[in-house]
Amino acid sequence: MSRKPTSLQNNNVDTLDVSALRREFPALVQEVDGHSLVYLDNAATTQKPRAVIDALRTYYERDNANIHRGVHALSVRATGAYETAREKVSRFVGAAHAREIVFVRGTTEAINLVASSWGSANIKSGDTIVLTGMEHHSNIVPWQMLRARTGATLRIAPLTSHGEIDLDAYRALFQNPVKFVALAHVSNAIGTVNPVAEMAGIAHDHGAIVLVDGAQAAAHLAIDVQKLGADFYALSGHKMYGPTGIGALYARSDLLEAMPPWQGGGDMIASVTFAQTTYNVVPHRFEAGTPNIAGAIGFGAAIDYIQSVGFDSLTVHEQSVLDYAVDAVGSLDGVRLIGTPVTRAGVISFVMDGVHPHDAGTVLDGEGIAVRAGHHCSQPLMDFFGVPATTRASFGVYNTHEEVDRLVAGIIRVQELFH
Amino acid sequence: MSDARELYQEVILDHHRRPRNFGPLPEANCSSEGYNPLCGDRITLYLVVANDMILDVSWEGSGCAICTASASVMTEALKGHTLAEARDLFARFHDVVTGPPDENPNVDGIGKLAVFSGVREYPVRIKCATLPWHTMRAALDGSENGVSTEQEQS
Repeated sequence: MSRKPTSLQNNNVDTLDVSALRREFPALVQEVDGHSLVYLDNAATTQKPRAVIDALRTYYERDNANIHRGVHALSVRATGAYETAREKVSRFVGAAHAREIVFVRGTTEAINLVASSWGSANIKSGDTIVLTGMEHHSNIVPWQMLRARTGATLRIAPLTSHGEIDLDAYRALFQNPVKFVALAHVSNAIGTVNPVAEMAGIAHDHGAIVLVDGAQAAAHLAIDVQKLGADFYALSGHKMYGPTGIGALYARSDLLEAMPPWQGGGDMIASVTFAQTTYNVVPHRFEAGTPNIAGAIGFGAAIDYIQSVGFDSLTVHEQSVLDYAVDAVGSLDGVRLIGTPVTRAGVISFVMDGVHPHDAGTVLDGEGIAVRAGHHCSQPLMDFFGVPATTRASFGVYNTHEEVDRLVAGIIRVQELFH
Repeated sequence: MSDARELYQEVILDHHRRPRNFGPLPEANCSSEGYNPLCGDRITLYLVVANDMILDVSWEGSGCAICTASASVMTEALKGHTLAEARDLFARFHDVVTGPPDENPNVDGIGKLAVFSGVREYPVRIKCATLPWHTMRAALDGSENGVSTEQEQS
């Protein structure tokens, strides 16, 4: 049943100095219940490097001001730092222009923005929206809400037993008109890397617009929205070593220009009278109110951090640890991996005979090992695999082979307790 | 937090492995379903209630060890008690599992239920332990108000 995963980059040697890198993350150096912390909940949120924490502190200690309005020095500095962060995000995802980047609270808000603004303007009764069977609730519920407003139809691209998109079945969905496709780049629950470029190509051949939920991809894979064919791409800062409460929506400029405003307020307007309002240019039209300035600057620092490590060495190291985890955990008696995709990033999910995932999570926590137990906001995917929940170990750039060994020892301890 | 072995007492593991009073109860005149979305714990509780007395009780469902053991031990504890005693037992049990971790729990008069006192050190697991009891209370409320789903169906 289990298939050998294929590394995204096979022939490179892991040269990352992980022990030096770990020292840049203050939260990694702590004990939990007398055990050194093994943090394997990176798909929920990553820890933050000193560079990001310092960027937040520097902003608040030196540059704190509101942006886009003030004539004074601090406001000029804050505005510059905020817009520089936008340019960093723009380059990070391969956008053609920085104005294609809207700062939002995170992936969830980015998807809701598209569903509310683009969706309300473009989706009509009877239109079809395609999702996949592995979506996070945040890429399901906004479309259900749009369906309720418009009378659109949702169709679900089915999965294979390995937890990959069934591409033939996906292609067959386009025998009928499809207006919009929303899909995860990487599954948060089982780690599958979807063939986004191929899927977007199929969608575009049939005139559909494509949104990619990149929340679980951005920390692990180099992103190029133009090569992927993403018309919209959503990501969260806190899942890629940045602060919480900040994320970005990439939206192709012709789409963004045509979209109606989402929230009304300050900064999103050009002029206001009681008779009428003229809206600001993009992306500011979609950033009503004072944004998370510090968060955006911290987000930019996180991108700088990732690029200082470099995706080449980051990917080689992460895949080495991940492949090791798939082999080590997947070969344990009484443990079954949920999802066995050929191409995987960041995540392994598993269930244990006779042990509920929450009990496994509690016992592992007692060993200082932080994992996630539950449905991972992907209940339809859990239903597909016939499990109420899984235990998920998710990895970041700082995780090591030794930590996988700790996880395996922890799983064996769980089995001993519940034998 | 402490060693997980202190949470997973042998009595808990035993009831998890071999749940007591497990299965449907055809003569039940009162029942309720409980669901804990955090864990996915899902149980159905069946009771035979007559003259303010719980004559028989059983449960079905699946969930984590804390929830299944709590349901199993609860059904043993409830049988033969009055409704008032059942509610009082829930109140005492609730205090034991939700009390401050740094205080010793008062386990007087709750018998075997005392094995769940370690749950108070695991805030995210309290709902697992209390779900069967909330379900019991919902079943009794429904019974006393005459709106039990079972009664409506029959």
